[in-house]
Amino acid sequence: MGTGKKKLSAGALGLFLTILPIASALICLGIGRYSLTISESIEVLLSPLTGKEVEPFAYSTIYMIRLPRIILAAAVGSGLSCAGTAFQGLFSNPLATPDTLGVGSGAAFGAVLAMLLGLNLISIQLFALVFGLLACFITYNISRKNGKSSIIMIVLSGMVISAVFEAAVSLMKYIADPEEELPVITYWLMGSMSRANYDNLKLGLPFILAGILLIFVLRWRLNILSLNEDEASSLGMNIKIMRLVFIIASSMITASSVSMCGSVGWVGLLIPHIARMIGGNNNNKVVPISIALGAFFMIVMDTFARSATAAEIPISILTALIGAPVFVTLLRKTGGAWS
Amino acid sequence: MIFEVQGGTFGYKDTLILNDINFTVHEGEVMSILGPNGVGKTTLLKCMMGLLKWHSGVSLLDGKNIKTIKPKEFWQKIAYVPQAKGSAFGFSAIDMVTLGRSAHLGTFSQPKEEDRVAAIRAMEDMGILHLKDKLCTEMSGGELQMVLIARALTIDPSMLVLDEPESNLDFRNQLIILETIKNLSKKRGISAVVNTHYPEHALKISDNALILNREGRNIFGKADEIINEENMRNAFHVQVHINQFEFEEKDYKSVVPLYLV
Repeated sequence: MGTGKKKLSAGALGLFLTILPIASALICLGIGRYSLTISESIEVLLSPLTGKEVEPFAYSTIYMIRLPRIILAAAVGSGLSCAGTAFQGLFSNPLATPDTLGVGSGAAFGAVLAMLLGLNLISIQLFALVFGLLACFITYNISRKNGKSSIIMIVLSGMVISAVFEAAVSLMKYIADPEEELPVITYWLMGSMSRANYDNLKLGLPFILAGILLIFVLRWRLNILSLNEDEASSLGMNIKIMRLVFIIASSMITASSVSMCGSVGWVGLLIPHIARMIGGNNNNKVVPISIALGAFFMIVMDTFARSATAAEIPISILTALIGAPVFVTLLRKTGGAWS
Repeated sequence: MIFEVQGGTFGYKDTLILNDINFTVHEGEVMSILGPNGVGKTTLLKCMMGLLKWHSGVSLLDGKNIKTIKPKEFWQKIAYVPQAKGSAFGFSAIDMVTLGRSAHLGTFSQPKEEDRVAAIRAMEDMGILHLKDKLCTEMSGGELQMVLIARALTIDPSMLVLDEPESNLDFRNQLIILETIKNLSKKRGISAVVNTHYPEHALKISDNALILNREGRNIFGKADEIINEENMRNAFHVQVHINQFEFEEKDYKSVVPLYLV
């Protein structure tokens, strides 16, 4: 294995991973009941710049409906994959997911509460964010003992907090109006990108992007965090602060995506694992690969969700139904060779 | 560099584990810590490096209380080599060794070419460059131990702190690790504090030794003076015989455990 050859293939991989989400986005823009070819999609996309006349219906379909959805899908896919990678590194546990800290359930509880109170979309997002971070904060504090928090304590308290918030969500479903509110809540919990619009994106996207950026610039440090505590400290890193930064970044991503599109399962587990199979365990590579693959995966899933049948399929059903067999196949093939 | 511990005391709740620990390590010296299982050897290493806090007493680096030294600065001088245990993720050896550069890098920076070079050089010094792309999870205990020492060397430290570096290894690998520690101290002036179960190993490589026993009576002194039959009996409750012999015109000492007392 010559280094020259390796560098070349790393470059090629980088190029492929950059093109993949962009190409899939362009193709998926044209897919739907009103379908467009790629060149038509690009023409419409660029029309504000080129000033070219395009059909108003095509313009509004692309700009008002599909583009915000695709942006949301890409951000959520990248974000949850990034958060998954971060949690797995943080807990040195390949099975940790964005839900490990109870952030997912906390955010879901906040959102459902806001829905029951009849609040508007912006409030739903804020509630999800606040309760997501609250869940994370409680988990972190329960796990602290004598100023130290061990990985196992974090995982256990995360499970407890998840259970509490899930029970609270069930309780609210129980008392919700079965005609009006219950279907909305249930459907929302299954996940959907259909509420995507620019106002939503403006509020939720910055949190996701900030979280991704933080994890991206600190990705090499994640390698050190995955070692045992004393070892990590002895490498001259303030692990308390670094852990907190990763937890907050990942929670921000999770809460924000839950608030915008409900619970989307599997991505945070599936994508980082595929990324490790492709590029090895160094988070220097795992994080960027996860970002690219996550965006690609989610764009494709959401396009399928909205266009496969006349009615929309909830996204978390799709990610599980398609993600699980893909994951199992990969596992069987590689025998978990990433570890 | 001089590293000192003065009056170090540590315990959990009611039980005192370490009592009035005193020792000094000068530049290029090797000190061994000897004692039976569970007497607190690893705890001592953690306390002396500030990973656990002394209840009373201090660790001094060049006369300065290590509490007052910035962690980053401290860890550029002191390198910790933990017991070789597997981690959840299989990093390749080169990636693992490069992690040693952490204390020299800014929080947001990635390892650069020079850090890679430092890692390669450290692996070369340890004679393990051929393991470069092997995953740490697929290595033998001896290989992993060498990788961890190489990682410590990329720090360019004044002192290594090694936790039972030669336990769980076969004859040959034990010798390799011991020779490496001795060479680093004699040729590059890197001091070492080494935990070990084997009095023989302590005699082989160390200038000084610290013997811990359960009664809390600790003995610090020149290794070949204090590692004697009486002190071993007190610390381990084992009668040993220390055998001195010559082989190919070189002096050797062996420690033979005879019976329990």
